[in-house]
Amino acid sequence: MKHVITLNVNGDPYTVAVNPSQTLNEVLRENLNLTGVKFGCGEGDCGACTVMVDGRAVSSCLSLAVEMEGKQILTAEGLAPTGETLHPIQEAFIEKGAIQCGFCTCGMEMAALNLLTKNPSPTENEIREGIAGNLCRCTGYTKIVEAIGAAGEKMRESSERKTS
Amino acid sequence: MKRLSYFEYRVPKTVEEAIELFESGGADARLMAGGTDLLMKMKHGAMTPKILISLKKIDGLDTIAFSEKTGLTIGATALLADVASHPDIVEHYPAVAEAARGTANVQVRNMGTVVGNLCNASPAADNAPTLLAMGATVHIQGAGGKRDLPLEEFFKGPGLTALRGAEMVTSLSVPLPPAGAGAAYLSLSARGKLDCTAVGAAAMVTMKGDVCDDVRLFIASCGPTPLRAPGAEQIMRGKPISDDILEKAGEIATGEASPITDLRASADYRTRIIAVLAGRAIKAASKRALAR
Repeated sequence: MKHVITLNVNGDPYTVAVNPSQTLNEVLRENLNLTGVKFGCGEGDCGACTVMVDGRAVSSCLSLAVEMEGKQILTAEGLAPTGETLHPIQEAFIEKGAIQCGFCTCGMEMAALNLLTKNPSPTENEIREGIAGNLCRCTGYTKIVEAIGAAGEKMRESSERKTS
Repeated sequence: MKRLSYFEYRVPKTVEEAIELFESGGADARLMAGGTDLLMKMKHGAMTPKILISLKKIDGLDTIAFSEKTGLTIGATALLADVASHPDIVEHYPAVAEAARGTANVQVRNMGTVVGNLCNASPAADNAPTLLAMGATVHIQGAGGKRDLPLEEFFKGPGLTALRGAEMVTSLSVPLPPAGAGAAYLSLSARGKLDCTAVGAAAMVTMKGDVCDDVRLFIASCGPTPLRAPGAEQIMRGKPISDDILEKAGEIATGEASPITDLRASADYRTRIIAVLAGRAIKAASKRALAR
């Protein structure tokens, strides 16, 4: 039996009919065409499918869509919703050259967001721990770690501007 | 692309309702907390439940509670990430928090649960050794009522637990550590912390002055279940912590485990590393005990 649920993705509600066996990854990619959410290993090891659910990074390949009713889902598409200005994490990834083939990037940005919202000034070790669940086979991680550090600085600056 | 086969999805609101569904579903039904292990096994075809009973909507089942009188309680759906960062756990049970934080990766810790990690009964389960060393109890509920079981009697083999019929673990509790006690968990795996533990060791040491008054030592991933090392414990009792005695305890612990060769490590490597980790875990636990 299909379940009719409303998913809140990047601030917009989507009503979809899903089989219980459909993962969040399948529904985001196939029903909503949000292909920034990648499908990698399908087992929660590679992190390419990472999305934020209620402010926490999770593997969309191991989440059932049917369990997502009422939750706030954020994908890489939602980082820069207007498409005019990029999110500080996206800016930093571009500036630091943290993208090569790009397959890991969207998941990596989600893991970075998960880390930086809890810990705005992470050490290098904390950054590496924060992205331990995201595999990159191109960069060797150095540029990604630099980018996340720089993104943290940008986010701190912009929140200081907002509060002052 | 691995897809899940069709199943029916049930969302009980109470433990009683979950058990009723579980009992009527019989062998076709599985309970699901975080789902990180179960869904992976289902994708591989290792498990093919026709009915999945999600525990996530049961009110209060994710509770983490601490009191100076009764100790720590961790509900069945409390997330690994929340156990890892809970202020009371970090303060009073740092080894429990560290074991949760060392489990898998960020994403899995945001989905998976400590109790689920135990119920999967992997000999490599990262949360088991510390909880065993600290004398945890699991609270079980089934159609026939409730019962409590020391965690030490819970693991029966790889993937096997003492749960019978339509029983589920509703929570686990960890007593307050005795005065002068400290605990530590150390693990090694092929690549950092991310993959499954190849060898793990957890100890709770109670110090009286400079002397090890009591110790509980458990070795993970070196037998069909996490294994206690009573001989190694016995030789430590009543002795000051020294490199000599730690080495001896490590040797005895090695003889009390039964490591095999698998993907994660060879039996030979495991045999050598048990002694090292056992000694280090006892030492780290004793340091923590002395610092309290």
